[in-house]
Formats: sequence, C-alpha cells, structure tokens
Amino acid sequence: MSLPTAVTSAAAHAVQTGAPFAEKLSNFTYLVASVLFILCLRGLSGPETARRGLFFGELGMFLAVVGTLLKVGVEFGWVVQTYTLITVGIVIGGIIGTAISLKLPMTKMPERIAFSHAFGGLATALVGVAEHSKGISNWENPLTHHVEQLSGFKMGALGFESFLGFLTFTGSIMAFGKLQGLISGAPVTFKGQNYVNIGLFIASILALGYCAFAPDLSTVPVFYAICATGLALGVMAVLPIGGADMPVVISLLNSYAGLAACATGFALNQNILIIAGALDGSSGLLLSLLMSKAMNRSFANVLFGAFGTDTQNAALTTTASKPFNEATVDEAAEVLKAAQSVIVVPGYGMAVSQAQHAVRDLANQLEKNGCEVRYAIHPVAGRMPGHMNVLLAEANVSYDRLFDLDDINDDFARTDVVLIVGANDVVNPAAKTDPKSPIYGMPVFNVELAKAVLVLKRSMNPGFSGVENELFFFPNTTMVLGDAKKTLSGMVSAVKDEGGGHGH
Amino acid sequence: MLTLDNIDQLLFGLYIFVLATFVGYQVISRVPPLLHTPLMSGTNAISGISLVGSMVAAGSNHRLSQILGVVAVACASINVIGGFMITDRMLKMFKKRGPGGAK
Repeated sequence: MSLPTAVTSAAAHAVQTGAPFAEKLSNFTYLVASVLFILCLRGLSGPETARRGLFFGELGMFLAVVGTLLKVGVEFGWVVQTYTLITVGIVIGGIIGTAISLKLPMTKMPERIAFSHAFGGLATALVGVAEHSKGISNWENPLTHHVEQLSGFKMGALGFESFLGFLTFTGSIMAFGKLQGLISGAPVTFKGQNYVNIGLFIASILALGYCAFAPDLSTVPVFYAICATGLALGVMAVLPIGGADMPVVISLLNSYAGLAACATGFALNQNILIIAGALDGSSGLLLSLLMSKAMNRSFANVLFGAFGTDTQNAALTTTASKPFNEATVDEAAEVLKAAQSVIVVPGYGMAVSQAQHAVRDLANQLEKNGCEVRYAIHPVAGRMPGHMNVLLAEANVSYDRLFDLDDINDDFARTDVVLIVGANDVVNPAAKTDPKSPIYGMPVFNVELAKAVLVLKRSMNPGFSGVENELFFFPNTTMVLGDAKKTLSGMVSAVKDEGGGHGH
Repeated sequence: MLTLDNIDQLLFGLYIFVLATFVGYQVISRVPPLLHTPLMSGTNAISGISLVGSMVAAGSNHRLSQILGVVAVACASINVIGGFMITDRMLKMFKKRGPGGAK
C-alpha cells in the first residue's frame, strides 16, 4: 500500500542527492535489516517476546525492500519503467500471500510451509536463470562484450543457486503432494534409486565446476542441464521418503531454500542475502537434526532409508490375530471421570480429524471435575516440527500445559489415565524393547506405566509408518475405535452429564 | 576463468556465511519446541529475502530477466507477506492462562 510512495520518494531523493549517496544508503539499510533479522529470531526464544521479534523481522524486510528499490534505481535509472514490473510482482504476490494466510486453517500448516518452500525455491531459481541469461546476452552482444563479464565465480554461484532452487521447488511440491494426499504417502522406491540420485548430484556438481572454470558460450547448455537435473532430483529425492518422515524433509527443504538464497547472495555480491539465507539455512538444519535425533535416525537414514517398507506386511498379519481391550465411548468416559490426573498424547491423527477443539472441550470438562490435564508433545508428532503445539494453541490450550518429552516422561508412572489421540510411533514401547523394530532406539513416551491407557484410533491398522504397536494389546490399554473428533465429543457429553451428579 | 579477485570475493562471502550460520545456530537453538512451527514459518518469510535478487532482475533492462524476475518477485512476495502474516496469526494464539482457566 505504501509502496508507490516509497518508490517515488526514493526516486526523488536520489535525483536530488545523486546516485552514489543512494547506493551507500541502500547498503546501510541492508546492514540494519540483517541485524533486525537476527533480533527477530532471538525474539522467538519465548512466547512472550515472539511477536515483538517478528515485528523486527517485518521491519527488516521492509528496509531491505526500500534498500533494493534504491539499488535498482541507481543501476537501471530512476524511471517509472524500472519499477513497474517490481510493483506488479509485489502486488500479485501480496494479494495471494494475504489470501492464503487469512483463509488457511491451522491444520493445513505443514502443507502451507511445504508450498512456501516451493515458492522460495522457484524465486531463487528464476533469479539464477535471469542473471545467467543477462550475463550471456552481454557476451553475445559485441557492444557489451566487455561491459559486464559473467565471471567464473558468478557462473558457479548462479548454477548452484538455480540447481538448489529448482531442487527445492520440485522437492517441496512433492512434499506438498504427499501431505495433501495427492501422491501416495508411502515411500516409492526402485532398485538402485539411491545410486542414481547420488550419481546425478555428483554429476551436477562436476558440471558446475566445469561452468565455473571455463565460462563461455559452450557452457550454456550445461547450465540448463544442471537446472533440469535439479528439477528431476527434487522429485526423486522426496519420492522414497515416507509420510512419517515429513518433519525432517520439510526442515531440510527449509534449509535448502535458505542455502539457495545464500548462493544468490554470492552471485549478486549481496551480503544481506547471504546473512538471511544462512539464518534460514541454519534454522532448517538445526530442526532437521533435532527431528532426526527424536527418531533416533541418522540424516542419511531418513534421506535414503525408505522407512517401513519391509515390515509393513508382517505387521498387518500379526495384528489381526491378537486380542485387545475395546471400550465404547461411555465406558471410556467413565474411566476418565474417575481420573485425578490425565496426560493427553496427541499425534497426526488429531490433525487429520481436526480434533484439537474437542480435546480442549474434554480437558476443560475434566478440569471442572478437579482433574489435572496436561499434554505430552513429542518432537516428531505430526507432520512438521511444533505441529501439535500450534493446533492446541489454536484450540486455546494454555501453553504452560504443553510439555516436551524430557519434561513429562517421568510423570506417566504417577498418572491415572493417558489419552492417546491419533499418536502411534511416539508411544510404541517396541522402540525401547525390540531391537528388531525399525523404530528401535527412538525416544518414546512411557505411556504404558500409567494406570490406564486410552487409545483413540480410527481402526486397528498400523499407522503411516506401518510399524506394529504392541501397546494396543497391553492389559492396561483400552482401544476406543472410530473418528477421534466424534469419540471426544461423545466423551465430553458423557463426562458432563454424570460429572454434575458426583462432582465437587 | 576464476581469478584472484573472484577468490577474494568468494572468501569474503564465506566469512559472512560462516559467521551468520554460527549466529543463526546459536540463536535458533534457544527456540523452544513449542515455537518450532512459527520458527519455521518465520524463517521462511525471512528467506523471502530472495525478493531482493528478484527485484534486481525484474527492474533490469533485459527482456528475459524482466519476465523471470516478475514471477520471482511474486513468488518471493507470497512468502514474505504471507509468511509474516501467518506467523503473527500463529503467535497470537499462544496464550497462557491461570490453572484451570476457562476458555
């Protein structure tokens, strides 16, 4: 909205004071913006300071845009023409971005994050191609042949930027497709797939080196081949990764998007791009390391693992035959009504059936009866880091009721009822006891130590990862099968009706 | 060819990259798991800094750069504007209430 005024005032300013000053000013705004980005991330270290931090980030981005408007004016002239396309792009993007962020339900956050990584990747890739073609046209044109040489360094950086950008683009689209259910969430593999992927990756790096060391017109097809390989690799790298591993993939794509922005910074010789890209890259890297650790798996294993493919069939046959306790909604509500302490363990199933509000209603009802309700959040519950926290926050659950794995795991033994809402692997005792299990060694909640475990689950089929869960057959476990949201609403009314009679 | 000038430029860029990565790693390791989704969506908005490169391409006088640039500006703006808005919307939801607080 304020953009046209910013454009005209910047232009008017530069006309008065001359281009060199505008360029210095632009560099200065970049410096301030970089500091603001760091302050933004620092603000996110606690919920009290987070919104202020985010404001710093917004301010930083605004300054970066103003600085770039100055820079563009210095380089291409202070004319309306220079700014027309920029304005068109920002208005289109702004409208789409605003519409998405206002309309989107919180349960769709993983999809929206994956989708935005795709946009980020595409933007950097297109900048890479644009800068490359601009440099090439300077070569071809005898008049500008010596004006602006595309150096080997710039060529290499542009190639890397485009490669990574395109890889992030298609990889994120694949991740989006898997999350949205457009593509099978199950790992898709073929023999020798990892060798093909690694081979393509190495070939691209070698080709990049070739472009960087001998940048002339003969490298143009090589550059486009690198772009095409990036597009293909994005698809092929995400296809073999299963739905339950999405938190790691999304974090990793976040990191790639950051690195691609960094490479843009190298190519354009802009430090702000390097700094902001590095912040994004390190955040993505840190999150993916945390997620891998929370699954007790190495990076390599997630990327090349194709999790759960061998065990799926075996698990299906064994679960069918074993006996388990099953209860109706009213019976389960009785158990909850008698409880003094309840820990809710939410999982992806809660997001799927959008049950977070029903969970909150039930917790409120139980708290009215004098019961203590807490929530145990596993780092990899859901489809992205922090997924469950956001959903419960949306449902107005106070964030001091949400506990991390380490903070609550010792309390299960002292808890009356554990209510598992659509979680599976994170409560699977096989991770502690069965060395043959694919999730062996993953830190899990000690839910089986509680007096009673209620599991809300759609059916007895194994979860997304296809790993059998012994917990469902334990004597102190009771299964309540059906849609979690319906079950929870049923429990709310059951607890409410009878709670009035015996309550405080 | 790669010249000595280029190598200086590369080294200077790497200095900044390495230091920024360290700062980022330190700052981000203090973000609690509670806020990991806002962190991800916030850094996503910050990585919309590729808007800077996109604007340079869209504002240039080279036809193909302009076309690719305007698409890139739109993509990056979606991330910047949408990213900050939705992160703020998310952060607004994180509230603390007293024990047994009603909705």
